[in-house]
Amino acid sequence: MINMFEVAETNQMIEKENLDVRTITMGISLLDCADQSLEVTKEKIYQKITHYAKDLVSTGEEISKEFGIPIVNKRISITPISLVGATCCKTSDDYVEIAKVLDRAAHDVGINFLGGYSALVSKGMTPSDELLIRSIPKALKETELICSSVNIGSTKTGINMDAVRLMGDIIKETAELTKENDSLGCAKLVVLCNAPDDNPFMAGAFHGVTEADAIINVGVSGPGVVKYALEQVRGKNFEVLCETIKKTAFKITRVGQLVAQEASARLHVPFGIIDLSLAPTPAIGDSVADILHEIGVEHAGAPGTTAALALLNDQVKKGGVMASSYVGGLSGAFIPVSEDQGMIDAVVAGALTIEKLEAMTCVCSVGLDMIAIPGDTKATTIAGIIADEAAIGMINQKTTAVRIIPVIGKSVGDTVEFGGLLGYAPVMPVNSFDCSNFVDRGGRIPAPIHSFKN
Amino acid sequence: MKKTIITVVGKDTVGIIAKVCTYLAESKINIEDISQTIVSGYFNMMMIVDLNQSTKSFDDISAELEALGKEIGVIIKAQREEIFDMMHRI
Repeated sequence: MINMFEVAETNQMIEKENLDVRTITMGISLLDCADQSLEVTKEKIYQKITHYAKDLVSTGEEISKEFGIPIVNKRISITPISLVGATCCKTSDDYVEIAKVLDRAAHDVGINFLGGYSALVSKGMTPSDELLIRSIPKALKETELICSSVNIGSTKTGINMDAVRLMGDIIKETAELTKENDSLGCAKLVVLCNAPDDNPFMAGAFHGVTEADAIINVGVSGPGVVKYALEQVRGKNFEVLCETIKKTAFKITRVGQLVAQEASARLHVPFGIIDLSLAPTPAIGDSVADILHEIGVEHAGAPGTTAALALLNDQVKKGGVMASSYVGGLSGAFIPVSEDQGMIDAVVAGALTIEKLEAMTCVCSVGLDMIAIPGDTKATTIAGIIADEAAIGMINQKTTAVRIIPVIGKSVGDTVEFGGLLGYAPVMPVNSFDCSNFVDRGGRIPAPIHSFKN
Repeated sequence: MKKTIITVVGKDTVGIIAKVCTYLAESKINIEDISQTIVSGYFNMMMIVDLNQSTKSFDDISAELEALGKEIGVIIKAQREEIFDMMHRI
């Protein structure tokens, strides 16, 4: 039987160490909504989303109350819209129409975000993909809850450099169109390599074509819990350190598993995966950088940081896979800058640069995330950054992503406020040497060889 | 329905257990286990209870216990047992 200390430990994690279920994300296939008429497609999309997700928010709140665990976000991911709109969208503005319907559906069911305004172009772009990509800046300007992602490469296909080059322009244009809000549109746009089909986290969530009609994916979090656990083993050797992270990750993931099972049963939608990511928030103590500090580096970015992060990421996975049979999504440690107070402090202290962040993304989930850069950064430079990050993902067979915000009108030394879970960020310097001859070549980088690993 | 765990935490005072137990009895909630201790002046109690005989919903019980806690000056939480089972038992 459960004893008092176990109950107290769980409740302390929730009340003092920011343990929460970050998101219940319902994946919904919109493939059957495609029609030759734009109006019919819009209507079908609205009906399907509001039908499947009508009880998503209330069910999330019910579960949260019964188990006493906060469920921070309720979200929806949908089939990449470039597939759904391929038949009926003849212009980019047609796609913006669909974005507005998605936004209305998202508001009407009361969710926090809807992801899947996306295109998968890792090898080539269809005309529909290109129309969608070109519509992203306007779509993000005119909607509130829509998140967009573009997959521009994979280990199997190589990197679509035409798409990479285009995304440099699209990110700049999105920044420009949303400049009155510190270019906030870019915080809802992510460029991925090896994007997973079942990721519940934004901005990169979409419902892959290999998925069922509807599915429940759950993202758990809890950097604060890991940090607290590590405070109890200060100065101990790596074996003790790793064991502690593993055990903690197990406990956190079990809560996610429970919430996922309950949500799936109550909504009559099959359970997909648990994404066991250490996802920081700007709240004090809810920081991945603080865990790295606890492991032993003065600030994130100091020598040793990449090794510490590699160890953290691996142990989180090892603990998590024991806790749930279906682990998926991005699973690992996230290292966004603006959403993590410890990361912000590291940047301000001069310990953390974009180059070091890039190295860190080789060993953890996702990539260059929520980084504010000067508004006058060239589109080709942004494309170069995307290409570098995609190359890391392609060669290492992992997901990588770029979500950077060239904040129009701001330069190094300024601070940008995004608000809420998105936090705030100091504008970071970007290497200003030119790469336009590289990204302007056109075509694609071939898929890598899977032998001779050196 | 599985068991529910009620936790009571706060500054120690006379009659906490009496008031909580009176409420539970009136609501036809059966107590199966109680453990209680005082840590540096702070009252800590955990009860395992069965709501099957109660006519009230989980939501109402949870809200009424929270209100009762405010009245006494302690924090009372009701949570379904599974969250603890999942986390602490393989």
